[in-house]
Amino acid sequence: MTLTIENLDVRYGGVHAVRGLSLTVAPGEIVGLIGPNGAGKSSTLHAIVGLAPATGSVRLDDRDLVGLRPEDVARSGVALVPEGRRIFAELTVEENLRLGLAARRGRGAPDLSPVYELFPIVHEFRSRQAGALSGGQQQQLAIARALVAEPDVLLLDEPSLGLAPSVVDVVFDALVAIKERGLAVLLVEQRAQRTVAAADRSHVLAHGELRLTLGPAEAQDTDKLVAAYLS
Amino acid sequence: MTVAILNIDWQTLADGLALGAIYALMAVGIGLVFGVLRLVNFAYGQLVMAGAFALALASQWGWPVWAAIVLCFAVVLTLSIAMEHLVFRPLRGHSPAVMLVATFAVAFLMQSIALLWFGSLGKIATSLAYLNRPWTLAGVDIRKIAVVAVVVAVVCLVLLQVLLTRTEIGLHMRAASMDFSTSRMLGVRANRVISLAVLLSGALAAVVAVMLTVQSPLVTPDFALRDTIVVLAGVVVGGLNRPIPATLGGFTIGFATGVLGGALPTNQSQYLPALVFAAVILVLLVRPRGLFDFSKTVERV
Repeated sequence: MTLTIENLDVRYGGVHAVRGLSLTVAPGEIVGLIGPNGAGKSSTLHAIVGLAPATGSVRLDDRDLVGLRPEDVARSGVALVPEGRRIFAELTVEENLRLGLAARRGRGAPDLSPVYELFPIVHEFRSRQAGALSGGQQQQLAIARALVAEPDVLLLDEPSLGLAPSVVDVVFDALVAIKERGLAVLLVEQRAQRTVAAADRSHVLAHGELRLTLGPAEAQDTDKLVAAYLS
Repeated sequence: MTVAILNIDWQTLADGLALGAIYALMAVGIGLVFGVLRLVNFAYGQLVMAGAFALALASQWGWPVWAAIVLCFAVVLTLSIAMEHLVFRPLRGHSPAVMLVATFAVAFLMQSIALLWFGSLGKIATSLAYLNRPWTLAGVDIRKIAVVAVVVAVVCLVLLQVLLTRTEIGLHMRAASMDFSTSRMLGVRANRVISLAVLLSGALAAVVAVMLTVQSPLVTPDFALRDTIVVLAGVVVGGLNRPIPATLGGFTIGFATGVLGGALPTNQSQYLPALVFAAVILVLLVRPRGLFDFSKTVERV
């Protein structure tokens, strides 16, 4: 299913965090959303999942998501991997995954094997307390938890934040594999160059507005990136 | 037969255990709602009071015991649901202070209604009075209610533990009490989890009403008010945010109150609340995070 955002506005009191943003993410695509701190990237994700007050249109194919409660957005097939992972540290890895199943739409016994295949570490440590995992392992768990519900759209909020370079590779490799499974992936990141290289297209956001769209070929064009950030 | 120190005999110990068990149930009832709503329900005692009046009316009407208990559950559960829909749900997301003051208002409203309907002299619930008679075990007399209270409390806690750890909805409730907004984002239905917590909490209040009316059959509009304050102190002493420490806190303060109440000479029993609350303050000074919170503070980079 295709995620379509048109003229999205997010306001917190007097702060106009996102201004008239439009973008689409089709199945089998990674779309990057990059930009400096405070550009409105996370606010965009929060607006999509119903955690921030939004006006404009957010649609999953023909279904309008604006105004839905967060749990209903999740149950429509949109999963968010939140910033800071938000793992339930006191629960086991497996219980964290079972929570992810809350948004699952299909009936019958859930099949976790595709997720375990993608993140073997999650399978290996499934009976451990999630709080005992390293940051990188927790990030993998957070993505796995979002995937067990078999969503159509995966939103990620800075998944590489604070991770060692080798783990960043694991995360980006996983995103490519997820995209190849036909999900629509919207990736908010600080690692601009890496994101532009991995995504089918990347939008640069500044002051809540879309300033520039870059293709993977432009990942090495640092002048253009820097100019977009400073504009 | 006595246990050396103070004036504690087996009956006093058994009464202490029974009061501890009842207070533990109240602590769990308060803790369940606090977990999902971050709301200390000060009106919890008034739910117990309403259940107690239901039992008193049923015995006045000559209803059989089972029907009296059914009426008690029906009244308490209905009031719990009404409280959730009329007060908790509209105020959800407001500051804890607003919610706490709202529960104060609900508490005094319910107490005033009880005063209007039943008067200050109260009514007597006698249906289960026979449980006050003793069982003689190995030459020791123990009131039946002491044994019943402990058994019922253990059964309730075990059932609740099974529900929380073995079922999907239980997992959702635990997750919601740890991080509500992330749980919702994962698809956990907020209203369902809150309704279940409120219902379970109400069911425990009904159980408490049945057992407290056996111990003190005179039901007045301030019935269970003092107990609620003591239990709240116990919950805070145990550790408000964590279910097992909160339960232990409730049990401990109930046990201490029961044993001290039995051990103090009759002419000094007016010192009991002062002693209990002095102990509460002392514990909070020494262990501000709660008596039973042994978790270490872990800082992550």
